[in-house]
Amino acid sequence: MFMELKPPHNLFVDKIFKIIIITSAFYILILIVYLIIKLFLESGPIWQEIGFSFIINSDWNTIEGRESFGALPYILGTIVTSIIAMIIAVPLSIGIAMFASYMPKESHIILNFIIDLLASIPSIIYGLWGLIVFRPIFVKWFEIPINSTLGEHMWLFSGIPLGLDIITASIVLAIMIIPTIASVSREIMKSVPLQQQEAAFMLGATKWEIFKFAIFPYAKAGLVGASILGLGRAVGETMAITMLIGNATGVFALPKSLFQAGQTMSSILANEFIEASPLSLHISALIGIGLILLLFAICINIIAHVLVVRMLKVREGLINI
Amino acid sequence: MDKYKLIAENITVSYNNIISVKNITMKFKANTVTSLIGPSGCGKTSFLRCLNRMHDMNKNVKVMGKVVIDNTDLYLDNMNPIYHRRKVGMVFQKPNPFPTMSIYDNVTAGLRLNGIKNKKILDGSVENSLKLAYLWDEVKSDLKKPAIELSGGQQQRLCIARALAINPEILLMDEPSSALDPISTQKIEETIMNLKNELTIIIVTHNMQQAIRISDYTAFMYLGKLIEFGETKKLFTAPTDPLTAKYVKGFFG
Repeated sequence: MFMELKPPHNLFVDKIFKIIIITSAFYILILIVYLIIKLFLESGPIWQEIGFSFIINSDWNTIEGRESFGALPYILGTIVTSIIAMIIAVPLSIGIAMFASYMPKESHIILNFIIDLLASIPSIIYGLWGLIVFRPIFVKWFEIPINSTLGEHMWLFSGIPLGLDIITASIVLAIMIIPTIASVSREIMKSVPLQQQEAAFMLGATKWEIFKFAIFPYAKAGLVGASILGLGRAVGETMAITMLIGNATGVFALPKSLFQAGQTMSSILANEFIEASPLSLHISALIGIGLILLLFAICINIIAHVLVVRMLKVREGLINI
Repeated sequence: MDKYKLIAENITVSYNNIISVKNITMKFKANTVTSLIGPSGCGKTSFLRCLNRMHDMNKNVKVMGKVVIDNTDLYLDNMNPIYHRRKVGMVFQKPNPFPTMSIYDNVTAGLRLNGIKNKKILDGSVENSLKLAYLWDEVKSDLKKPAIELSGGQQQRLCIARALAINPEILLMDEPSSALDPISTQKIEETIMNLKNELTIIIVTHNMQQAIRISDYTAFMYLGKLIEFGETKKLFTAPTDPLTAKYVKGFFG
């Protein structure tokens, strides 16, 4: 039987379709490039006035006529809070992931659901919880005892234990990034082939030794990637930090002690953006900080992405470790 | 009376309440090779994995019965299976060396798990195990090379060496050459023949010619049941069960 072939105008539809999907794909790329360029242009005055030393200065004076701006305390604030949060969150998350990847199916579903649910709680809720519930308990049972015993001898624990400080913010931040790290780590660990675990099991390995011999070495890169994804979230986190970190500015925000008010790049933006007058140097300093933050986040996410994707390729046997 | 190295008594295995091995009793003599043959899905591998409590990894599997090694039942409640599993080595269908470790570290993994750190003992064990697995000559100059860079056949012999390094008394092999080319298969068969002097081997195979070539005893399983178990020569030339006769003549399977 003769079959009628598609008329050629379908090829035209094909072309239109191709253009549409390519445009949508490029849209994302264009958006990010536009963001960087726009932030750079808008923060132009600060690079002209202060130049590169904007990154290494610590002053922060917004009064017109006596303006001086430096982003260093906030860059350091972001780095310090993120590192403390990572130190707390990574071991806990990997523990959760180990547990989740080894639990019987039924309870496993509940745990996974809770992990994913925690990841979707708005950060202002964490902030409120941190401020109202966590802070008083933490101050009473941790900060005051430590400060009164060690505060005089160690700079790390000096300061006034009010609870609106770097350590409180970092702990709440850790709680917020645990779900991200735990759920990605869980997937990474589940992707370790059963044959690998059997090999260790056959040699008489205990459960812990199976992790040590078969799972961790295999999943290493992926777990680092999962942690860096969490770091990416920590760096960009705004609301909870703003509510808990105490919002110091200028040299006072340089992180020296755990019990001291600080400031991160995102929290200073949240705090000062609405107050800054539109044509002042102040606003371009804030936008400059926004640019630095964006570049930070992009780098971290690229590294995490490369590591996680690499791990998943190893699973598919496309590349060898 | 011959001394039996391993006795499996009334073994029944079920996955999610579906029975895959039905009440099998088998006795294995020391320093012999026994082949388990039968069509796919007949429970060969399930049975083999009972012999070192490999099923402990999967909670959906229930095993009933006794596995007695040197007068101790592996399935007693107060038994530490880890201690016994170290006496029973296993080689799997697909080569599974630890990909991040070197050849040397793969072979010594079992010893290191047992807390042996002495370099001399580890070196000796690596040489000895790799020689037993017929891999030593091919890799001796390159022991620090990642295991993953070896060929499939070499990886499988490395896995045999890894299992041998902890001096097991019994070696279980689950279709060890099914993923390999004929030359690698031949090398693995030679390895098995030579290992017989050292330990007791139980091997699952799909290849009847292989069973004839390497094993002293052969067991034929069908639908989870043990149909016939006896000397290889007799099972293949004069089987007593009509089902076995059909299978070994190639009528089904």
